[in-house]
Amino acid sequence: MTDQAYNFAYLDEQTKRMIRRALLKALAIPGYQVPFASREMPMPYGWGTGGVQVTAACLTPDDRLKVIDQGADDTTNAVSIRRFFQRTAAVETTERTADATVIQTRHRIPEQPLAEGQVLVYQVPIPEPLRFLEPRENETRKMHELEEYGLMHVKLYEDIARHGEIATAYAYPVRVEGRYVMDPSPIPKFDNPKLAGNPAIQLFGAGREARIYALPPYSDVVSLDFEDHPFTASKADHACDLCGAGSSYLDEVITDDRGSRMFVCSDTDFCASRQAQGHRGRLSPQGATP
Amino acid sequence: MYVAVKGGERAIDAAHAWLAEERRGDPAIPELTVAQIREQMALAVNRVMAEGSLYDPDLAALAIKQARGDLIEAVFLIRAYRTTLPRFGVSRPVDTAAMAVDRRVSATFKDLPGGQVLGPTFDYTHRLLDFALAAEGEVPPAPQAPARDEPVPHVTGLLDRDGLIEGQPRDDTPAPDLTRQPLELPASRALRLQALARADEGFTLSLAYSTQRGYGRTHAFVGELRIGRVAVQVDLPELGFAVEIGEVELTECDTVNQFKGSKTEPPQFTRGYGLVMGQSERKAISMSLVDRALRWQELGEDFTGAPAQDEEFVLSHCDNIQATGFLEHIKLPHYVDFQAELELVRRMRREAVQMQEAAE
Amino acid sequence: MNAILTGGFAAPSTQSAHAFRALLEAMARPGRIFAVMGAEPPAPISVAAGVALLTLTDATTPLHLAGAADCEALRGWIGFHTGAPLVAADQAQFALGGWDALHPLSRFRIGEPSYPDRSATLIVELDRLEAQGARLTGPGIETEARLSLPETAAFRANRGLFPLGFDCILTCGARLAALPRSTIVEDA
Repeated sequence: MTDQAYNFAYLDEQTKRMIRRALLKALAIPGYQVPFASREMPMPYGWGTGGVQVTAACLTPDDRLKVIDQGADDTTNAVSIRRFFQRTAAVETTERTADATVIQTRHRIPEQPLAEGQVLVYQVPIPEPLRFLEPRENETRKMHELEEYGLMHVKLYEDIARHGEIATAYAYPVRVEGRYVMDPSPIPKFDNPKLAGNPAIQLFGAGREARIYALPPYSDVVSLDFEDHPFTASKADHACDLCGAGSSYLDEVITDDRGSRMFVCSDTDFCASRQAQGHRGRLSPQGATP
Repeated sequence: MYVAVKGGERAIDAAHAWLAEERRGDPAIPELTVAQIREQMALAVNRVMAEGSLYDPDLAALAIKQARGDLIEAVFLIRAYRTTLPRFGVSRPVDTAAMAVDRRVSATFKDLPGGQVLGPTFDYTHRLLDFALAAEGEVPPAPQAPARDEPVPHVTGLLDRDGLIEGQPRDDTPAPDLTRQPLELPASRALRLQALARADEGFTLSLAYSTQRGYGRTHAFVGELRIGRVAVQVDLPELGFAVEIGEVELTECDTVNQFKGSKTEPPQFTRGYGLVMGQSERKAISMSLVDRALRWQELGEDFTGAPAQDEEFVLSHCDNIQATGFLEHIKLPHYVDFQAELELVRRMRREAVQMQEAAE
Repeated sequence: MNAILTGGFAAPSTQSAHAFRALLEAMARPGRIFAVMGAEPPAPISVAAGVALLTLTDATTPLHLAGAADCEALRGWIGFHTGAPLVAADQAQFALGGWDALHPLSRFRIGEPSYPDRSATLIVELDRLEAQGARLTGPGIETEARLSLPETAAFRANRGLFPLGFDCILTCGARLAALPRSTIVEDA
């Protein structure tokens, strides 16, 4: 049931055209942040208003939408955004990554590799990768213009001097097509390799900061590093305690106040699919796979 | 035993039902009507209209009721509603010189054409709790005086006549629209004023206060503060003339500030300006001080690093809907990013301990 | 007169949504050809060019009409269906015309160094649009794509301006493809 008081996918057509124009320019200049006239949405800034606007501009009635937050379909904000589109666009929804045509995400890239025909929409809080080094927009804009990314390298190098490695665990900056340095949104750096060479279209929406950017399929995306300190995509050194997966990103769950903990896949669809296929982890109710 | 958390949907529904119940409060107490809020909480309604950028007292009152009196939440409801409204046209600039004033005070002249009108103000009330209000007594009618049938010219106009204040030539450039174009810096004064008019009252107040304490001081006098109703007129091209479509209540503040001049130019006072929907004089005065502080470059003053002089700082942080959304979003799940840091910190600690042991 | 009032989207919100997805995929995958429908602009304008106009332009997007596209019928149609103001080439956010009519291309905006997005999008009407001919590589293309471009030199020069440059939507009948500034174009 759509809410007839609002246009298809909530936004009015003029707003959608404005966002669509920005999206096309974003694809034409990979990694460059296109300013757009972000609207005030009926959900708070910082809660996915950028992603919601991008999704609204891309959705067709034929789409199957998946919404995840922290990799999970059932986190409250994912539920809330999914409901918003069920109500305003009457699109089909799914929790299965492979079945989705549009996936809106916060902080994760699904474990299941994406395919052509899929669109991954990221919610972005701070789109400017240089923002924490230089708070002023006028300055960071100039730095992008002149490809002055030395400050970023200095910061990363200071990390190495202090901690012995680059101490950035999420929102790890990348260089796109050898030109723009881009913030991949606060995904764990474990997910960074999936940004590159991805067959799907990746779109990034920052509502409060009014910026849209994009990665065309198969884009060249390199995580910043140094020859003697190469980038590594790390994760907790465990297997999933429910499905036994050894190569998925894990959430840590504290199970009592005496130091017990377990690790489970953050991607709930991935974990559930594996369990349905009979995979078992250390703490599966049915016991581990022999 | 841990099972993956399911039931977000049910939790949301239950939370909303509980919220509705809490909003209503004790059902034995009569429910507030929107009209009661509009009439008796008028200054809250004004603030919601001003920061929500939508002049509709009934909707603002409804938003306050729905938001349980949380004014920023009410502003948010109004903003979200406002974005969906079609735009039929743009009014002519309102003529505040023709305002039907309820209140008009000047701190710069003892008396002036149009007079000083104290109006319905908290000024000079002793802030003593009035327990008679708790008894719900009716208020005796206020004494009436005949309206003064004379024009109320702007104080700055009087100063301008003598060349004592910087001129303000008429500018018919269409004003930019902050809600339809992404903010671009440097911003024009018109855009800055638009942002300040809907800015958070508390933030604007604190910035203005900081200029008074020396962080970008501008030596402001309230040349004039006026509150009243002005006509809103819309040009109808089909008819070839403008028609009045209604009235809005506004608060306008003109400050007369620190003079400038040089060997070649005789000294002149400068201006700060504030205009806010509804009766909202704390906000209008604050706005005019911040406006003036932001004009340092145009007036050839030094940038002292004061927050109120810093256009990007002020414009990026004055909107309470942006601020509260982003601030409160940190209560959303961040398991994934936190896990990434946890893993990093654990590993670095392990390595540090190993190095320590190796050293020993 | 009737030709002006008809030929728009009958169900704008869903038809433009489908059309945009085709445009999005096209701009994301340079050289790949997509079928679109829903617009019936007056001759000599193609369905695909009409779809692109209806989906992307409105009263806020200055449009330049070049050559045969600059005709009474189309001006009226655009005025009624999109309201896009018609302007000279150097003012245009969008331009529509045949490849030769759009020349000289140096008239079009290529963006500013700090705002490369402030550049024109050219809707290029072609007699032929096939997945053969010039070799395309770059973002959006896994290995290589082929596209029947009217020439390659102009696109190479445009690529040389990156991140500045114009972007193209190539239209032919009810099919379209796109060629963003990022694509590397070589002779077949």
